[in-house]
Amino acid sequence: MMKNRSAAAPFAVWMLLFTIVPLGVVVWFAFTDAAGHFTLDNIAAIQGHLGTLAYSIALGALATVICLFLAYPLAYSISRKTERVQQTMVMIIMLPMWMNFLLRTYAWMTLLENNGLINRFLGLFGIGPLGMINTNGAVVLGMVYNFLPFMVLPLYSVMTKIDSRIIEAAQDLGSNGWQIFRRVVLPLSMPGIVSGITMVFVPAVSTFVITKLLGGSKTQMIGDTIETMFIGQAANYNVGAALSLVLMVLILLCMAFMGMVDKDEEGGLVV
Amino acid sequence: MEKEIIKLKDIAVSFDGEPVLSGLNLSIRDGEFVTLLGPSGCGKTTTLRIIGGFVTPDHGDVFFDGKRMNDLPAYRRPVNTIFQRYALFPHLNVYENVAFGMRVQKKSREEIKKTVGEMLALVNLKGFEKRGVNTLSGGQQQRVAIARALANNPKVLLLDEPLAALDLKLRKDMQVELKNIQKSLGITFIYVTHDQEEALSMSDTVVVMDGGQIQQIGTPQDIYNEPENAFVADFIGESNILDGIMHEDYLVEFFGRKFPCLDAGFGPKEPVDVVIRPEDIDIVSPEKGHLTGTVTSVTFKGVHFETIVDFKGFKWMIQTTDYYEVGRQIGIVLNPEDIHIMKKSAYSGMFGDYSSYSEEFDELADPEADLVQESVDEENI
Repeated sequence: MMKNRSAAAPFAVWMLLFTIVPLGVVVWFAFTDAAGHFTLDNIAAIQGHLGTLAYSIALGALATVICLFLAYPLAYSISRKTERVQQTMVMIIMLPMWMNFLLRTYAWMTLLENNGLINRFLGLFGIGPLGMINTNGAVVLGMVYNFLPFMVLPLYSVMTKIDSRIIEAAQDLGSNGWQIFRRVVLPLSMPGIVSGITMVFVPAVSTFVITKLLGGSKTQMIGDTIETMFIGQAANYNVGAALSLVLMVLILLCMAFMGMVDKDEEGGLVV
Repeated sequence: MEKEIIKLKDIAVSFDGEPVLSGLNLSIRDGEFVTLLGPSGCGKTTTLRIIGGFVTPDHGDVFFDGKRMNDLPAYRRPVNTIFQRYALFPHLNVYENVAFGMRVQKKSREEIKKTVGEMLALVNLKGFEKRGVNTLSGGQQQRVAIARALANNPKVLLLDEPLAALDLKLRKDMQVELKNIQKSLGITFIYVTHDQEEALSMSDTVVVMDGGQIQQIGTPQDIYNEPENAFVADFIGESNILDGIMHEDYLVEFFGRKFPCLDAGFGPKEPVDVVIRPEDIDIVSPEKGHLTGTVTSVTFKGVHFETIVDFKGFKWMIQTTDYYEVGRQIGIVLNPEDIHIMKKSAYSGMFGDYSSYSEEFDELADPEADLVQESVDEENI
């Protein structure tokens, strides 16, 4: 018993320093005014940002769904290869993640700009220039591109655990390709779907760099709003904290819902 | 029993340029219990997978009920498989595992319920419907796999080393149970194993395989008593295999001595392999024996002593219920019915000498190795 307790000590310290204390600070800011008195004004002020909040969730959800549809077949085909091929393919998926996040997003800027590479190429055929930068599409593209590996990896990791003999057994019992997918592969990959959605949706909803670089001034997501609350002349730490808190609660609700969809999930994020 | 249900004609398969099966011909009659028996890598599992539709032969045809079914995908074949390590669906409970095939076929709820009930009764798993398959013991998982395969009402059941993962006692019980199920349902079983005892005790027909080829097909008695070549003689039970010369019908010479035997039809002075089973040899006092030798090792096996005896430098195994201590001179008597003559084959001289005998050599290679190899191979097709 004592041994267990002492082994948990580093975790307790970590929790206290990096989870409980910062969360406490956020909550304190959210429920106080500039003078430090208790108030609900900050929470009430969120009403003015509900549109942005809904918009962020919509864009984040769209990017998550696109990631899921792209990553699922990709992860499945990787998982059915031999081990060496799998390692190489996963490596290639991971490779862009080791490059700086800003750099990757800037790269998309130079591609999508009105006089960027894509438009210049299209110009050769007399097409365009197409207005691609500073659109919602560009933002979603940036999210999908940046967060796709977070969807592929958890999916891949549950799919490699599906024994090929189980798939053969389904075939043997009369299932065609679609039935194998629906009755065996999909249910068995559910934990990966849930953790993939979590790992893409959460950063996608709260991103502000991608919107700033690819969305221009037209697109504002909740991440951008929160940023302006902490930086610049209009800074208001209290409303910013309240917004962050609400965002966190919304994300937790989304996750709880996902958890209910997959009640057999063995738990924990699979990385 | 007479109608042919499955026929493999001139089958050849290779994985990565390595031939796995070649020139394989096999005919299986309806209602028969056929066992494919052989060591790891002999091609027995591949043969089963060809029938199941999981491996496409490079050459040759597969017939079912007289119809060619090479191009029929696995899910359309009227056969079901019990896989090595069962391959149960881990996300489904016992009931849903057994119901799987019928759900795919969109059977009615009542029919599924009725059949699952019957199948679970058949394998003695009534009351386990709601249990998750991962909470079951190996033997129970095995039963679920049997029920799941039989619920589809297959004409042929393919069994891929189904008992390999069970302990000895349970394996023996399941052997009897499987045999009873096969008899009561009257369907064809094609059973793959590397366990010769299992093959002999369960089968109507045993197909002994090695090196991707069939070595012998016959009833268990035929295979044991009349092995075709040195490989079969050695693989099925224990055998002393000696070089001999057939002088005329019913007369063979070995160790410089002529013995009457029951075999005929060989050419004059034809060199042959002589098989003498260790349990057929009678030990007598040295002066009364046809041959005399010296005991070099004795191992107690429970039922008998495994005695290794040196005859002029060639070591024989003799199984005897009497104890003869190491160093003792003994004589042996060979009756005509104890001597079996085989034609010389590629396997001659490879088996049947116990000079380098040790228990370890008798152990078979790990069946897992076979499994891993074959699943790797199938990825590459």
